[in-house]
Amino acid sequence: MFTASDLRKGLKIQIDGEPYFVVDFQFAKPGKGQALYRTKLRNMLTGNQFERTFRSNDKFDKPALEERTMQYLYAQGEEFHFMDTKNYEQIVIGRDQIGDDVNFLIDNMEVLILFFNDRPIGVTLPNFVNLSVIRADPWAKGDTSGSDSKPVTVETGLVLQVPPFIEEGDKLQIDTRTGQYITRVKE
Amino acid sequence: MLSPERLKQRAAIIRAVRCFFFDRDFLEVETPVRLPAVAPEAHIEPERSGARFLRASPELEMKRLLAAGSSRIFQICRCFRQKERGSLHLPEFTMLEWYRSEADYRDLMDDCRDLLRYLGKGWRGPEKPGCDVDAEWEKLTVAEAFRRHGGMSPEEALEQGIFEEILCRDIEPRLGIAQPTILYDYPAELGSLARLKPDDPQTAERFELYVNGVELANGFSELNDPQEQRHRFEQERTKIVVMGRDPGPMPEKFLQDLAIMPPAAGIALGLDRLIMLLCNAATIDEVVAFTPEEL
Repeated sequence: MFTASDLRKGLKIQIDGEPYFVVDFQFAKPGKGQALYRTKLRNMLTGNQFERTFRSNDKFDKPALEERTMQYLYAQGEEFHFMDTKNYEQIVIGRDQIGDDVNFLIDNMEVLILFFNDRPIGVTLPNFVNLSVIRADPWAKGDTSGSDSKPVTVETGLVLQVPPFIEEGDKLQIDTRTGQYITRVKE
Repeated sequence: MLSPERLKQRAAIIRAVRCFFFDRDFLEVETPVRLPAVAPEAHIEPERSGARFLRASPELEMKRLLAAGSSRIFQICRCFRQKERGSLHLPEFTMLEWYRSEADYRDLMDDCRDLLRYLGKGWRGPEKPGCDVDAEWEKLTVAEAFRRHGGMSPEEALEQGIFEEILCRDIEPRLGIAQPTILYDYPAELGSLARLKPDDPQTAERFELYVNGVELANGFSELNDPQEQRHRFEQERTKIVVMGRDPGPMPEKFLQDLAIMPPAAGIALGLDRLIMLLCNAATIDEVVAFTPEEL
């Protein structure tokens, strides 16, 4: 059980049976008045964000959240299949819950799956993934256009800007949080 | 932890504050930190220290000094309040309090103006082009502020339990922007130690000083009727009990001395916040040697 005075950025609380992430937190207390705990909350199921103010007497349950390491198996239509490599238990997560992370998912990748009351509600990718370039315009030597980047397509279909020397077949390290190119990796 | 440079700024401001009061013939006093009884206030949770309480404010003891004949006193001291932590709050902070006998809250408003102008060289607000302490100060009643910015009266807001929300969200950010603001004349129930206006017993002679949207000081004409004070303390104690806390013993010696306290006015100013504003700091953390988290 949490009370309002436990509130801080990053805390996860349960309200009306749903888990919420405290995105922002401000303590306010006008002189002689009662304390206000002003928060910005994100519903961890729907992603909706909103502001809400609590009072000292408000209490919250701790949401039953658990993170498990699982392996990405394959996608079938809008369904993404993952497996717990310890007990071979398989789960399915919908496309809408994967969001932009679909750009970085490759077979057999290890990810963290977040469960709420044993129901999978989110995926956390490693911060960096290595993806192969499947399409790139050749680098024209002596190109004087002055551009220092060009678009390439990687195996997941993601298109991103990279330095001009990247070629088809190269493996790139990409930051999954920003979607940006970090470096070329040697196999 | 604070840089030597910021520590020097802090020390220079505190020295200047002392000079201001010395120049005006105020006596610096020290009163005890550990107290057997504190003023019961519904929204202040004092820290315990063995069988005693750490002071949340030196108010009661300073008024007892007035009762004993002192007439202009000030104190710079550490105060303690449980569960108060935010960008403007520390559970242990430095308070500046001063008291004048034969004075009322209007005299304290003048003191505030003189103090800020005295310290005012180099005064700048964070982000904002600057709050001009030398300009004429804005004076706004609580009723007018609620009507103008909250769309209701303070009494309606209290009844709906949203007084603090409206104050924090809709009013405070608009106060003390171009020049400092004195927000004054609070509903009687929000000033448990304040005197009520002789011609309007629904209103307490209480004010707050705002600079750059930050509440800097809270002052009032002191209630000096022991029966009325006991009655208000009882009301606060009831609220504390309803909230599930122990109100502690009644501060009997204070009530005794109140009977011989002359008419007076007193004010508490958050010194860390004042330093924050003078140093152009965005949070209280940037002006104290250590935050609780750094210990």
